[in-house]
Amino acid sequence: MSNLWLDFEKPINELENKINELIGIIGKEEELKKLRKEVDSVKKKVFSNLSRWQIVQLARHPKRPYTLDYVKRIFDDFMELHGDRTFRDDPAIVAGIGAIEGKTVILVGHEKGRDTKEKIKRNFGMPYPEGYRKALRIFKLAEKFNIPIITMIDTPGAYPGIEAEERGQSEAIARNLKEMATIKVPIIVFVTGEGGSGGALAIGVGDRIYMLEYSTYSVISPEGCASILWRDSKMAPKAAESLKITAKDLLSFGIIDDIVPEPLGGAHRDVSKMAETIKSKILKTIDELQSIPVSELINQRIDKFRKIGKYKEK
Amino acid sequence: MFFKKKKPLTGKKKDIPEGLWLKCKKCGEILYKKELDNNLWVCPKCGAHFRISSKIYINLLFDNGEIEELDVDMESIDPLGFPKYKDKLKNSKAKTSLKDGVISGKAFIGGFPVAFAITDFSFMGGSMGSVVGEKIARLIRFGREQRLPVIILTSSGGGARMQEGIFSLMQMAKTSAELALLSKEGIPYINILTHPTMAGVMASFASLGDIIIAEPEALLGFTGPRVIEQTIRQKLPPGFQRSEFLLEHGMIDMVVSRKEIREVLISLLRMFNYAGFKSRAS
Repeated sequence: MSNLWLDFEKPINELENKINELIGIIGKEEELKKLRKEVDSVKKKVFSNLSRWQIVQLARHPKRPYTLDYVKRIFDDFMELHGDRTFRDDPAIVAGIGAIEGKTVILVGHEKGRDTKEKIKRNFGMPYPEGYRKALRIFKLAEKFNIPIITMIDTPGAYPGIEAEERGQSEAIARNLKEMATIKVPIIVFVTGEGGSGGALAIGVGDRIYMLEYSTYSVISPEGCASILWRDSKMAPKAAESLKITAKDLLSFGIIDDIVPEPLGGAHRDVSKMAETIKSKILKTIDELQSIPVSELINQRIDKFRKIGKYKEK
Repeated sequence: MFFKKKKPLTGKKKDIPEGLWLKCKKCGEILYKKELDNNLWVCPKCGAHFRISSKIYINLLFDNGEIEELDVDMESIDPLGFPKYKDKLKNSKAKTSLKDGVISGKAFIGGFPVAFAITDFSFMGGSMGSVVGEKIARLIRFGREQRLPVIILTSSGGGARMQEGIFSLMQMAKTSAELALLSKEGIPYINILTHPTMAGVMASFASLGDIIIAEPEALLGFTGPRVIEQTIRQKLPPGFQRSEFLLEHGMIDMVVSRKEIREVLISLLRMFNYAGFKSRAS
């Protein structure tokens, strides 16, 4: 079990183990109270000053909640929909229709899979072109029936393989970018874990882009960047600093709209609470976006991406 | 006694590599550079296409070899303070006499006015940062506003420019969104893919043409072959990710020799014209 935790989480875990041992033992209430206070202050201390590389590790945490973990907790009713109607169902992307407090919502998200068997089935959350084509089919379904779309991004990237190239990985991503720009329903994007480059963006064009506090979004993985720059993937921590890939960075660049706060210690320490926060963000944002006329919504969406870029002109 | 050697005259033929003779990388033939230049940098023996600069392409594609450039003054800044990016930009500018990796503007081809952009591999691998993204997006918008067919030629092995981080990634969405608007106006969009066009460029505006043309044997794809080999721990099949491979897999419309691209474009524009597409009178 120990390899499921990060090094900098160890002091927190030691205290929590002590707490768990004392729970229910008569006469230990005072000690328990003290320990709980202590663990809170340790968490605050560790999490108040995370490096970008530590945030990368949290975004990839083996215990990090994935799309289906949130679906279970956010939706009152959910049916998964499968397949791109052309080639195959790609389990690295899940899609479905569901209800949240009486509102019908379409969801599309990456899914990494929890145990080894599921990870293999889901290709560690790295989609093939058919995954993106499934996503697009479901976006069109949402548009046809005027249902708002939620997407959840958590992928190392689009799958780099022979078959993926044969079936047009580039085309599948490009087409989604183009089509999502003018889909006539609200699209709300959450980066929940790893926002791995084009493979993330391919379901990431929307009216509101939110990032969970300890998620990342980057043009290239820190390892990939490090091996190009310094010919050494072990320099990834330094690359993460240079690439500026955290929610705070992207908010400061004006690329995302908001940061969704995580429970103290990260989303994996209290999945229900995290899901609750996301749910209220979804409901609030849907209300907000549904009050905007559709043509205006699309103008704003295009304008949002149209404005991104830093350059100088004489 | 001493004398100074006269420096060879440069300027006009600046884009031609040094020396009189070149060896073809494919067939090994030793080629006279002037002959190669006359043959549009296609090996007369084996047909291999040498990589050429954006300026040579403009020269060979358009009427009078001319383009009326747009956004000539746009330059990259270093939005992340990324290690050595400023130096890279400086070196690339000096090496290429370009301001960044793209030229865009209005040109005529067989008398048809078009909106044209071209990325240049010699400027940081033709990678797309904010300047390339913005100039491409503006060019597409220019095509929409002027009702001009949009033609984009890419030589962008670098994909999205890593040194501008998330700003580069978002250029993919930006250029694609402009293409969505262009498409709704019923204006033709044509891609010409040359060696190499990969990653963030291939996975955005370079894959969205109504018609996609590729030069022979160009490397085209999402992930670079080396990364794929490392991931799957297998040798890649011969011809993998080359133009002919993409044609076979239904990803592009045609493979066209550089020597015929101009004529093919004129034919296509003529057919769109017959079909009722009219540029705004200009």
